[in-house]
Amino acid sequence: MTDISTDILVVGGGPAGLSAASEAASYGARVLIVESDLQLGGQLVKQTHKFFGSRDEYAGTRGYKIADILLSEIKENEQNVKVMINTTVTGYYSEDRTFTAMSGEESYMCIRAQRAIVAAGASERLIPFPNNDLPGVYGAGAVQTLMNVYGVVPGKRVLMVGAGNIGLIVSYQLMQAGVEVAAVVEAMPKIGGYWVHAAKIRRLGVPILLRHSIKEAVGERVVEGAVIMELDDKFAPTGQELRMDCDVICMAVGLSPTTEILSQAGCRMKYVPELCGLVAERDRAMRTSNPDFWSAGDATGIEEASAAMVEGRIAGLCAADSLGLPVKMTKLDEYWTRLDHLRAGEVGSKIRAGIDKVYRDKWEVRLDG
Amino acid sequence: MELIAEHPVLDASCFKRGEKVEFTFDGRSMDGYEGAPIAVSLHANGIRVYRETPEMKRARGFFCAIGKCSSCFMVVDGVPNVRTCVTPLRAGMRVETQHGRGRAAITAMLSE
Ligand SMILES: Cc1cc2nc3c(=O)[nH]c(=O)nc-3n(C[C@H](O)[C@H](O)[C@H](O)COP(=O)(O)OP(=O)(O)OC[C@H]3O[C@@H](n4cnc5c(N)ncnc54)[C@H](O)[C@@H]3O)c2cc1C
Ligand code: FES
Repeated sequence: MTDISTDILVVGGGPAGLSAASEAASYGARVLIVESDLQLGGQLVKQTHKFFGSRDEYAGTRGYKIADILLSEIKENEQNVKVMINTTVTGYYSEDRTFTAMSGEESYMCIRAQRAIVAAGASERLIPFPNNDLPGVYGAGAVQTLMNVYGVVPGKRVLMVGAGNIGLIVSYQLMQAGVEVAAVVEAMPKIGGYWVHAAKIRRLGVPILLRHSIKEAVGERVVEGAVIMELDDKFAPTGQELRMDCDVICMAVGLSPTTEILSQAGCRMKYVPELCGLVAERDRAMRTSNPDFWSAGDATGIEEASAAMVEGRIAGLCAADSLGLPVKMTKLDEYWTRLDHLRAGEVGSKIRAGIDKVYRDKWEVRLDG
Repeated sequence: MELIAEHPVLDASCFKRGEKVEFTFDGRSMDGYEGAPIAVSLHANGIRVYRETPEMKRARGFFCAIGKCSSCFMVVDGVPNVRTCVTPLRAGMRVETQHGRGRAAITAMLSE
């Protein structure tokens, strides 16, 4: 078993992790980024559309190009950054302050880090229905990986479940890839995503069926179709059903923060519906109740890439500071101004309410130092 | 292979495709691109069933494509339970449908 040591371990190489690594490395910290995917960039590499968000965080640029920008920024401090792809952080042993990781399928290692920034993003949810395990029932992320990263056609005709931003955007991306979208079904009485995205696919003739959900997937060994059903005000089936042909059922029913490592590290966690799941309590530095752990991005609550990048910078800056490196702490106020700006107004109200529940002004003094 | 031919935003150079290589799936020879995940390469060849569950014998394909759900386990070069959605394809790989839990080759383990 190999042993590796580093100043700061960054778990996850998406926009949050890359920003954290870049920030910390720019002040001289030795950083190791561990990413389980075959490339860096997280969700960004799968996104072909122009991003919303703030100017400072490259709004208007296509997702996969934002990943390139972050990677070139990392290059500037290359001497301080080590990257391991196709490697998953699998556990943390607090007694030894050691992480375990698995590279590929059969090679294991120990990582000793003084500090850790967990930016592990999110995982997709699935909803229960008969045959939801049939091949062809795919997460939206999987469909995006197939078509946008590797250029493989995911199917001929897709039923999209969920009309939030992800469901709408992926529907449009499917059409760009030449795939037919049979319909988008949404259990809620209104579209969850931005109106522009809905308008785009409606214009192309795709029906968005509100108050509808999937009843079951149809098929013997693979998906051959789906039965969809109408729902009433109380989300109970009205009895109206429709069978449609499709070879892919794409699930875009939400994400949950990935936080297992933080739980293992004993960070104080709380279930916050507004942030879509179990997340760590954090202070202004994005530090958790375990003084060696920071967190940033979707792992701290499902939000968006702009905020993930700023949170990553905050975590990187403060983790470097905690190592005694000469950092520009005035940056912290600047980053918070950007975050407040991103979370302002009606759209940000849910996120703000969620963060209020896990934000701590300061941690009580710890006896074990 | 079922590949995207034309795209309004992405051109072929955007797709992560290494050298064209050959591999086998349950003994059948197939083409794929080196470095792309095995599961993606199979999908491009129209293969969507990767394993069969131990008790109910249900077919499984992939679901998350990020190595988190274990839906895509297959036997690769004799090694069972390989997450094919995050394992890169190499020339000459022997990929097989996994039936049940999969068995590790005891001799291989002893010789390590
Ligand atoms: C379809 C879609 C459209 C979107 N559109 C926009 C948009 O227009 N504007 C916008 O601002 N945002 C958008 N977003 C949201 C944005 O992509 C995410 O909020 C952002 O990627 C979160 O960044 P992150 O770094 O926290 O997580 P991720 O990008 O998910 O990265 C986390 C990384 O951590 C890795 N990882 C996880 N666990 C481990 C482990 N144990 N060991 C090693 N590595 C691990 C994962 O493989 C992943 O690469 C969109 C998302 C989707 C799905
Ligand atoms: S598809 Fe989920 S682990 Fe491979």
